[in-house]
Amino acid sequence: MAALDDRQVKDGVDRETVDTVRQVGGAYKYGWNTDIEMDYAPMGLNEDIVRLISSKNEEPEWMTEWRLAAYRRWLEKKEPTWAMVDYPKIDFQKQYYYARPKSMAVKPKSLDDVDPKLLATYEKLGIPLKEQMILAGVEGADEAPAEARKVAVDAVFDSVSVGTTFQAELKRAGVIFCSISEAIKEHPELVKKYLGSVVPVSDNFYATLNSAVFSDGSFVYVPPGVRCPMELSTYFRINAENTGQFERTLIIADKGSFVSYLEGCTAPQRDESQLHAAVVEIIAEEDAEVKYSTVQNWYPGDENGKGGIYNFVTKRADCRGDRSKVMWTQVETGSAVTWKYPSCILRGNDSQGEFYSIAIANNWQQADTGTKMIHLGKNTRSRIVSKGISAGHAQNTYRGLVSMHPKAKNSRNYTQCDSLLIGDTCGAHTVPYIEVKNNSSRVEHEATTSKVDDDQLFYCRQRGMDEEEAVALVVNGFCREVLQALPMEFAMEAQQLVAISLEGSVG
Amino acid sequence: MVAAPQAKTDTTMQIDAMRLPEGGAWITAAREEALARLRATGLPQRRDEYWKFTRPDSLTLAEAPRAALFEDGDEPEMFGDMDRLRLVFVDGVFDPEASDDPELAGVRIERLADVAGQDLHWARDLYGTLEAGGQTPVPRPLAALNTALAEDGVLIHVTGKASKPINLVYHHRSETSDALLHHVVKLDAGAELTVLENGPAAARFNNVMEVDVADEARFHHVRVQGRDHERRAATHVFARLGRESAFKSFTMTANGVMTRNECVINLTGDDASAHVAGAAMGDGDFHQDDTVFVTHDAERCESRQVFKKVLRNGATGVFQGKILVKPGAQKTDGYQISQSLLLDGDSQFLAKPELEIYADDVACSHGSTSGAIDEDALYYLRSRGIPRPIATDLLVLSFLAEAVEEIAEESLRDEVTTRLSGWLERRRG
Repeated sequence: MAALDDRQVKDGVDRETVDTVRQVGGAYKYGWNTDIEMDYAPMGLNEDIVRLISSKNEEPEWMTEWRLAAYRRWLEKKEPTWAMVDYPKIDFQKQYYYARPKSMAVKPKSLDDVDPKLLATYEKLGIPLKEQMILAGVEGADEAPAEARKVAVDAVFDSVSVGTTFQAELKRAGVIFCSISEAIKEHPELVKKYLGSVVPVSDNFYATLNSAVFSDGSFVYVPPGVRCPMELSTYFRINAENTGQFERTLIIADKGSFVSYLEGCTAPQRDESQLHAAVVEIIAEEDAEVKYSTVQNWYPGDENGKGGIYNFVTKRADCRGDRSKVMWTQVETGSAVTWKYPSCILRGNDSQGEFYSIAIANNWQQADTGTKMIHLGKNTRSRIVSKGISAGHAQNTYRGLVSMHPKAKNSRNYTQCDSLLIGDTCGAHTVPYIEVKNNSSRVEHEATTSKVDDDQLFYCRQRGMDEEEAVALVVNGFCREVLQALPMEFAMEAQQLVAISLEGSVG
Repeated sequence: MVAAPQAKTDTTMQIDAMRLPEGGAWITAAREEALARLRATGLPQRRDEYWKFTRPDSLTLAEAPRAALFEDGDEPEMFGDMDRLRLVFVDGVFDPEASDDPELAGVRIERLADVAGQDLHWARDLYGTLEAGGQTPVPRPLAALNTALAEDGVLIHVTGKASKPINLVYHHRSETSDALLHHVVKLDAGAELTVLENGPAAARFNNVMEVDVADEARFHHVRVQGRDHERRAATHVFARLGRESAFKSFTMTANGVMTRNECVINLTGDDASAHVAGAAMGDGDFHQDDTVFVTHDAERCESRQVFKKVLRNGATGVFQGKILVKPGAQKTDGYQISQSLLLDGDSQFLAKPELEIYADDVACSHGSTSGAIDEDALYYLRSRGIPRPIATDLLVLSFLAEAVEEIAEESLRDEVTTRLSGWLERRRG
């Protein structure tokens, strides 16, 4: 992004836009790494490594067995090849499956005991791990009621959870928010009941791998009738080299509860690609509502396609109870390769699933992402809004499934997926699957592909914006529907990301 | 791009048992190459991604499943009122007695079986060539099988504007017939031809038509697939379009226990236009699949896909449509719509409308909808004194109209509409 000083700012250009553009100027800004002593598990993967991870987490016997069963299933599975992504074969024996900062060997009692280097890392990422009111720089925060302004954070650094904020306050409301390793020890009955119930152990190659080697992640349980008093969030940071991150998130919203969950992720800039294979499971019981928002900003590789994260993620929500609702919102800007389909199983009658996505691929990035809406219950509704933007040499694919089962009477789906191409060396693809097996349901699918409208660009430039700014503005307008679905904390960051990801794609 | 074929049960033995027909040098070469293509891909399997919604079993069995003959009743002959040149095939074999003399100004018509023994023929450059080109990125093994084994069909070379349509009439007279026909149509620059196809052809019918449309030529195709309840068909149309050429194809499918219609179009010249449309009506164990693949490989081309399906009593309708815009195919205008009307709770519609785009200055859109008949519209008609069954039929016909309107000629449009309403009338309870 061109440097902007005040002389260049013309009348009528929104001051904020200019500031934003200035802020995000430059390359991937989370590309630095933290120099910290680490404990690694030996390189490679075998049953001993699985046992080692389990013992590092001080897990009970049943959990170790669960992992080993997953590992044995994984050995029989084949890597999927159907996605429109192309990357060198991954050598699963050339990875570290566990990396923990030395200072985390003894789990700190409170945030005050955490290694200052780790705290500084998150501070630098803009996620200070203190029980502060709100993330810095959010507009309108001052006027918001105190309750709404708090965000509890679970910070995951490579393979371990560094700390979780606001745990005491959440506990008073009855909400359990902790790392999954803690939950396995403290709430085994909940973990046993729900873990693997949405994404079965042998669901797919990467989910099975994750089931065997997941090291940490977040756990949320919201009891019946409770509206979680603050937003919950997890921040994932990959730091160590040649290390895969395999986190596992389990969110349970019991009857009539509500929770909004945010997820963020970054990684240092390295020449070697790194693997990230996460599993997120959400259970929404009767009348429960879960809102899950992600800003995925893993290191995307450099402008020649070197390095970057391979992001192979399985995310699925089970709307088990009647009238339950799950909303996925994602802004996908990072990763060299993305393979991700946050889905909803609409099992309960009158349950609802929503999916809002912006996927931006620049340089040599490849994104194959979308959703599955599986309608099983009566009167279920789903809505899919997907915006894909391709620039440089990137390939961006929307892949989705809408399935109306014979018993899902009177159900509705509306899908809209639009693609925007910037430049003639990139690609945009749409691969929707539609299966309608009853006649009282209605399914509508629309998709368009176009380029940035010349008239719109001309209009912006006439008003004094340079070309990159104008493109960012038009793209922001294109993405608006999705950006509006994001919680306030993310909306701003996402808008900036939309601009930064397209940097260098014009001209 | 569709994934590589998964580990599948081996069909090599079945392919090895196939014997190429006797023929001259030009066709033997084409058949051998086709057999090699088939060997490389194997026959379609249930787990193949491209056969996700349609079970290929009954189309690949070594023996064709039996299909009872069907009495048309007193329905008038299809396209009977039109001035046309009839070429009749009975269970996949040309019947010269029943056919018109193959004489038409500006058109050269030859029977494949008659020229297959020659060492050289003009069709050499086309026979199996467009089919071979259509094997990537997705294999179409049934078409390769056809090229290798078909012994009959017509080879049509159009040098001017044909004065009347050529009508390929397919009769089904044997309950166990397994017919393969391979047609080649070559239109020289500026030439024009309409091809009409109708009839069930056989218990199982595998039909391939390769159409080469040179610059500024026009090809028009209207097909009405036979009404035999138990017949099965796998058809392929492969078309290559030159500069400023036009291609239009419409298919009506009513009945048939299994139909798979594939249409593979390659827009290779600038400013060409391709329209493919279909109207399908199914009842009971009807399974109908339209699979269309349009490749834009030139600038300012236009393509349209319009497919409508009316399904009842457990019928299944499938649509797999793809628009591929290659790098450099700027100013492409691609449109695709697939819609189904489910008349009861047992029927199903399965669709995969795909876009794959590598050029930035394009406008491509697709839409797909599925739902029941509009109760408000039904109520409106009934409140004006129209009984429910007739009101339903009216709404069905208006739903199908968008596809039928893709037929350029009014007389053909009317003929198809009459057939559609006849089908509905016979089923009115």
